[in-house]
Amino acid sequence: MSLALLQEAATAVDYGAFAAIGAGLAAIGAGIGIGRIGGSAMEAMARQPEMQGKLQASAIVLLAFVEAVALFAVVVSLIK
Amino acid sequence: MQINTTRAFLYSLFIGLSFSVNASEISEEKEGEKEFNVTDMIMHHIKDAHDFHIMDWNGHAVSIPLPVILWTEEGLVTFMSSEFHHDDSGNVVVEKGGQKFVKYHEEIYYANNTPNEQGSYVNFDEEHHATNATPLDFSITKLVFSMFLSIILLLIIFGISAKKYNSDGVPKGIAKFTEPLVVFIRDEVARPNIGEKHYRRFMPFLLTLFFFIWINNIMGLIPVFPFSANLSGNIAFTLVLALITFVITTFVGNKDYWKHIFWMPGLPVPMKIFLAPIEFMGIFIKPISLMIRLFANITAGHIIVLSLISLIFIAKSAWVSPASIFFSVFISVIEVLVVAIQAYIFTMLSALYIGSAMEEHEH
Repeated sequence: MSLALLQEAATAVDYGAFAAIGAGLAAIGAGIGIGRIGGSAMEAMARQPEMQGKLQASAIVLLAFVEAVALFAVVVSLIK
Repeated sequence: MQINTTRAFLYSLFIGLSFSVNASEISEEKEGEKEFNVTDMIMHHIKDAHDFHIMDWNGHAVSIPLPVILWTEEGLVTFMSSEFHHDDSGNVVVEKGGQKFVKYHEEIYYANNTPNEQGSYVNFDEEHHATNATPLDFSITKLVFSMFLSIILLLIIFGISAKKYNSDGVPKGIAKFTEPLVVFIRDEVARPNIGEKHYRRFMPFLLTLFFFIWINNIMGLIPVFPFSANLSGNIAFTLVLALITFVITTFVGNKDYWKHIFWMPGLPVPMKIFLAPIEFMGIFIKPISLMIRLFANITAGHIIVLSLISLIFIAKSAWVSPASIFFSVFISVIEVLVVAIQAYIFTMLSALYIGSAMEEHEH
């Protein structure tokens, strides 16, 4: 009975809206992550300007990792 | 009149920059006959195809036909994809060797004897998926073509750079560009992650991985004919690359590696029982994350650029085009960075996984 109700509810729901919410949540997470990496990298560069090149390189790699997690969520929201 | 010429100029600028949005769509857009479907256009670009679609001209598709190679019940069947006459809804039947084939949504099916009401030779279930039998498809599709092209380019680039060394080992010409990259992979990726003792064995694999992914990523960013295919944004492509890393990691893994997965030393027994399944799953999750990371990054890049271009058609105004072109150029520039970083990360994580499987512990 409850299963039939659930199925009925599932057919009535517009998944597109949920996918958009999911993508938005992923963007929030990625934003926090990228912000923290960027902030810390800036601070470290200000403290030790001679390390700038190395810090920049590793910060960019870490940004790519965080971005990838957000993109996982985008892929999940693309798949119905 | 003034607006029309500006509009025409912006449209032509836009056609020069984009490749998938096409002329027929613009004319239909003006007449308001057909709604421009952004999702369909983007999905068509992201997916594989049996012919290389370049543009539409006066409502006719201009595309390069590619060979279709099928392994059927009665053996090998080959023909050019142009015999389908750009049909993708199962309406055009190609008869070869006593068998009939149709193409529906870039899949090739055995055709029915009679068409249905829509003129299509395939059967559908309730969810409108085709239910006909399919032959094994070994076609040179758009992506396979793109992959062959990238292999040829790599052979040319590295064949030439190998010959550009004089007797004292000083690089000249294109080798001046490739040598620092090879040295970078050796000194920054292979050596620190795999270790001084074993890294030489894996250099060919890591270098191939890096340059193969990188060149395919770059080719996806170039929006003109022989390039532009979304190869490294195809999950099958990244799956095979990640699978190779997985197989290597599994086969080079030493006693310590397996011990640290199934019965890690220095932990109480309940903890070992709890952690073993998690560590075991980790063996598979690592290559899966490699696979999805590359696929998602490259596909998302293509989708973002195309969506920004499509904003013009969603807003139905030429005045949106400066903004959308500016943003798509901006994103494209970021993408140039992203594709290099993704190639690097894939290579670095492969080296890391291989290195962790060969690590010798002192207990």
